[in-house]
Amino acid sequence: MSEGTIKKFLYLNRKAPYGTIYALESLEVVLIGAAFDQDVSLAFVDDGVFQLTKNQNTKGIEMKGFSLVYNALGDYGITKLYVEKESLEERGLTLDDLQDVVYEDENDDYAEKKSILLVSRAEMGQMMETQNVVLSF
Amino acid sequence: MATISVGGKDIEVDEEGYLVTLDDWSEEVANHLAQTEGLALDESHWEIINFLREYYQEYQIAPAVRVLTKAAGKKLGAEKGNSKYLYELFPYGPGKQACKIAGLPKPTGCI
Amino acid sequence: MILHTVNKSPFERNALVSCLGHAQAGSSVLMIEDGVYGAIAGSQVADVVNNSLATVKIYVLEPDLAARGIAKEKLISGVQLIDYAGFVDLAADNTTVQAWL
Repeated sequence: MSEGTIKKFLYLNRKAPYGTIYALESLEVVLIGAAFDQDVSLAFVDDGVFQLTKNQNTKGIEMKGFSLVYNALGDYGITKLYVEKESLEERGLTLDDLQDVVYEDENDDYAEKKSILLVSRAEMGQMMETQNVVLSF
Repeated sequence: MATISVGGKDIEVDEEGYLVTLDDWSEEVANHLAQTEGLALDESHWEIINFLREYYQEYQIAPAVRVLTKAAGKKLGAEKGNSKYLYELFPYGPGKQACKIAGLPKPTGCI
Repeated sequence: MILHTVNKSPFERNALVSCLGHAQAGSSVLMIEDGVYGAIAGSQVADVVNNSLATVKIYVLEPDLAARGIAKEKLISGVQLIDYAGFVDLAADNTTVQAWL
């Protein structure tokens, strides 16, 4: 779709969902930006890890839920969701508390693969250094 | 807020004609919305409409056109997984028009 | 007595810790909105919450917890779940409602 070199885009998510609009805004920008065929990664750091918890049920607070949208990201070519281990631990969470986000690998006979990559804070910092553009939410 | 009247019931729509409340949707409502768009729905339309509704159920969003194209090809057969086929069914855009008739919001990323 | 409400994540603001530091024995603290994250066992603030439970009643609003996908099994024991009606009762049972924003 777009000409020229592919850049590495990182969306840095540091806010819990629902309490503020940041998480939803980030997701919308990610979906819109996906049309530009760049090398996109999502990072979930600090309270951002709460965005990925499973079984979110917003019926009682009369807000539109959006946690299932993360499962559609693979369709949009977004297959790298970096989750910081320390951020989970500080919040009393483990990977088991998060949704099992997967994507279908077109280059591997549509095999289902995990999108979530659990990384340490040090690794997250290194990964950030490799990006061309970082968008913070 | 604008309303449309279907089967004696007033249903709220936004300024572009999308349903405000997803639960207001029914096949009757879909037929009405299609009519106002100048479309008569046949089986091929319903296939896409039902696909869109299922997609929304699963992912809480309406898919972007290229996602719809790819997914339709995979689910309904390669001959249906191209934008020509989808635009023939929904001349004003498989994203915007089909989503409207399916009672979904405008797809994210569809500006 | 006072009903204190906390609606901010304890990992982003110090509202919960400050509230618990000020809450007098016998008063009530209700976690709502992003404040419900303060009720998760094993977190960085769980010790502070645990210690406070000796003197203060701590509640968490169930609809806010459900929206955020935090299972009841993950909560600090002693923290009580309430619904909107329970919130109203708590407000009525106390002389003042003090919000920690």
